[in-house]
Amino acid sequence: MKAKKLIKDYFWIMIFAVFVIGSSFLKYEPGMQVYTNFEQFFVEMISFLPLMFLLIGLFDVWVPKETIEKHVGHGSGLTGTFWVILLATLQAGPLYGAFPVAYILSKKGASPRNVFIYLGAFSCLKVPMLMFEIGFLGLKFSILRTLFSLPVFIIIGIIMEKYLGRDYMVRQPENIKKGGF
Amino acid sequence: MFTLIFTTIICLALSLAVDREKTYVGCRRGVMMFIKLLPSLLIVLALVSIFLYLVPERSLTALLGANSGFAGVVTAALAGTVALIPGFIAYPLAGIFIGRGVPPATVAVFITTLMMVGVMTLPIEIGYFGKKAAVMRNVLSFAGAFIIGVMMGIFL
Repeated sequence: MKAKKLIKDYFWIMIFAVFVIGSSFLKYEPGMQVYTNFEQFFVEMISFLPLMFLLIGLFDVWVPKETIEKHVGHGSGLTGTFWVILLATLQAGPLYGAFPVAYILSKKGASPRNVFIYLGAFSCLKVPMLMFEIGFLGLKFSILRTLFSLPVFIIIGIIMEKYLGRDYMVRQPENIKKGGF
Repeated sequence: MFTLIFTTIICLALSLAVDREKTYVGCRRGVMMFIKLLPSLLIVLALVSIFLYLVPERSLTALLGANSGFAGVVTAALAGTVALIPGFIAYPLAGIFIGRGVPPATVAVFITTLMMVGVMTLPIEIGYFGKKAAVMRNVLSFAGAFIIGVMMGIFL
């Protein structure tokens, strides 16, 4: 079972490996150049990714997300905004992973504005991701991008609330199990 | 690189000093995440290696480089909109692009639409937020990405 999964996960990698090794035997120039590219990227990545994941793992166990969720209650205005941003920064994963959390926030009484600010913060302000960004794109790039993103998604949150009305609620999707995705 | 090693050692030592068990769980979780990511990361690296061989540096620069102007930024924004790449892979990719001469502003637009706009995941988003809200959020985020890009262009 485990071996099967391993083969499935690494199927394309193995094909790539065969291609690269074959190229070096046959002195096939394009294949060798592709490998030169690959080696350069791989060495760069493997030299610091494991460390970064250790940090992310530690971060995950030490920061309690549930405590923060409690603070996003009814009628929380600016403080609510602060807490949703903080909550968002501590999570990781793709944006659609944030939708269920947005539903819970909305159910707990967070305003539409704060719900959408949460989504914005989730997409560009996550601390684990920021470590990644700094590693690959540099401190200056990462800090500037974060600073410029912050007002943009706060404004998006405000516009969304104006557009949808204050009573707007995120709903639990019923059709998600059945269809589409 | 040195900063990262230093930070990791400090955090690890602090964590160990406070709670041995928690540190163990955290490290395990990190390592598991890494192992889970590894196959897809390797595939992307392989694809990028092939892609960069097929598309020579000159073409990439022509498409997204400093002289590509607004068209380059729009291309980056659209690519980010349709692509479904996790951040763990997007940042290395963006780093490679910058290394090949794509301007930081264009890369910032790509990253922002990649993270904030999702055409592929729109059906899921509509399920939670309704069509009106989901479409509007994506449109606003797409526009927002350009504002962020312009600011990056001014300051970097």
